Amino acid sequence: MSLLAADAVSRAYETGMGWGERQKTRVLDAVSVSIEAGETVGLLGRSGCGKSTLARLLVGLERPDAGCVRFEGRPLDELSKAERLAFRRSVQMVFQDSLGAVDPRSTVRAILAEPLRHLLKLSKSEREPAIADLLRRVGLEPRDADKLPGQMSGGQLQRVCIARALAPQPKLIVLDEAVSNLDLHLQIQMLDLFEHLRRETGLAYLFVTHDLRLVERFASRVLVMDEGRVCEEAAVSRPLALASPAGRALGAAVLPAMPGATRRPARAAG
Amino acid sequence: MTARRLDIANLTVRARGGARAPLVAGIDLSLSSGEVLALVGASGSGKSMTCAGALDVLPPGTWRETGTLLVDGEPCQPKTVRGRKVATILQAPRSAFNPVLTMRRHAEETLKALGFPKPRWDAIIASAMADAGLGEPDRILALHPFEMSGGMLQRMMIALALMSEAPFLFADEPTTDLDLIVQSEILDCLDRLRKERGLGILLVTHDMGVVARLADRVAVMEAGRIVETGGIDRMFHEPAHPVTRRLVDAHLSLYAPDVAP
Ligand SMILES: Nc1ncnc2c1ncn2[C@@H]1O[C@H](COP(=O)(O)OP(=O)(O)OP(=O)(O)O)[C@@H](O)[C@H]1O
Ligand SMILES: Nc1ncnc2c1ncn2[C@@H]1O[C@H](COP(=O)(O)OP(=O)(O)OP(=O)(O)O)[C@@H](O)[C@H]1O
Ligand SMILES: [Mg+2]
Ligand SMILES: [Mg+2]
Repeated sequence: MSLLAADAVSRAYETGMGWGERQKTRVLDAVSVSIEAGETVGLLGRSGCGKSTLARLLVGLERPDAGCVRFEGRPLDELSKAERLAFRRSVQMVFQDSLGAVDPRSTVRAILAEPLRHLLKLSKSEREPAIADLLRRVGLEPRDADKLPGQMSGGQLQRVCIARALAPQPKLIVLDEAVSNLDLHLQIQMLDLFEHLRRETGLAYLFVTHDLRLVERFASRVLVMDEGRVCEEAAVSRPLALASPAGRALGAAVLPAMPGATRRPARAAG
Repeated sequence: MTARRLDIANLTVRARGGARAPLVAGIDLSLSSGEVLALVGASGSGKSMTCAGALDVLPPGTWRETGTLLVDGEPCQPKTVRGRKVATILQAPRSAFNPVLTMRRHAEETLKALGFPKPRWDAIIASAMADAGLGEPDRILALHPFEMSGGMLQRMMIALALMSEAPFLFADEPTTDLDLIVQSEILDCLDRLRKERGLGILLVTHDMGVVARLADRVAVMEAGRIVETGGIDRMFHEPAHPVTRRLVDAHLSLYAPDVAP
């Protein structure tokens, strides 16, 4: 039984607010994904292909028009109140847009305290050291707890969102471009932290990214989406070898390592 | 005549809260037309604040203590430069848009503010959107921000910046949320604008692959200061400062054959 699975989910949006020009656009077309405990699944695909939409369905923020999302085998629609709470604690998401994902009037302390209080039921005196610990894990400092989101840089706020997702000790985190605003050194530091937690606690990840280099480094299985469908699913080899046209097109666009070179250098096999 | 050189001289930005060190401390940068200057450095080192401080669009609670913006050697008021001499692409695309306005309204507001005659609007919008990799302009112009993916918004912001036809561009992480194909198309487009129109670009990015692809020179920031500046080849092959070395090493480790799983 998978930890979290989408079973042929579809989603369409109505666009065009004007008179009579309403039009349904299908964004996801019978997509199936499953994630096992302790597994890291990469999700690649071009901009606008439906990755964030799929992520929102998986964490229960939106409901599919057709198909079903299951948490530990149980359809989300059928969860009891207690199961729903367990689901909310167990499945966390780091959103692509960190500024939009936090309340601009809440301090970092309040942002991190919320899941600690509601999902872990920690008391006030237990929360403060937990907050300091979370901040340190993502390379921030305990004194950053007093800041407001607007007082942080793009990458600092992104790390606050990562810390918030780690706070309730979840079983799965959906990372939607969650390290995209960090310099590489920090990206690697975050991926090392994720990997460490995976080994220690069996945490699983759905890693949504456009960066093949990071999938290659971090994921064990990869899905490629194209226009609302999954077009490829493969184990991650290093170097990553994708077979579908959509996957190959992404691979061909990896930037050069060094100035002057127009293409990625050929690498030793194995 | 269009401007050929932009200087940021002795820029210092402070935040409320007493004795804390400045967020940006005495920065000097110069940008020539047709040149791409990459501004790199760790998260929180002051890259975005440098762009905002130079153009005097700092967030509340922070202010410019010193600093002059010079166009072709002449000191200028930042508000006369914004949008006209320097177009900007902000780091957080979603927050740069008004949630209740469609993309068409955003484009029209921009063109109105810049004083372009109305009959030219459609043509300018269409060509800027094409340059930013947004096919189907009619479909997209009808959308509100919440109806668009992260990468679509980022491209729309690039399109809005291109509409201004300003001689300089400050681009803060312009391609972070884009898939690699769109990313390389946008980088090609910026490269073309630099060559054809002589656009001078201050490119803030954490992706050294983007730097390698596009930049002529690199300035490295740490804790509000510039610690090293140099030509692109030297910065990659002989980085002098430990911060530069760390950025380059981390970057190359992603390409190394023995990437640790
Ligand atoms: N609320 C909505 N209303 C209408 N259309 C929407 C809505 N949300 C998403 N869409 C459309 O769905 C498509 C997929 O969007 P989604 O955000 O899932 O893409 P994505 O793969 O995450 O892209 P990116 O890599 O750019 O973030 C886009 O064409 C977008 O315009
Ligand atoms: N409104 C503010 N008030 C006080 N401090 C701020 C404010 N905005 C940003 N800062 C601080 O200024 C420093 C520089 O921030 P800046 O946004 O320039 O970083 P950056 O180099 O762009 O980082 P990133 O790569 O993460 O975007 C950070 O330490 C940040 O916490
Ligand atoms: Mg997305
Ligand atoms: Mg920034």
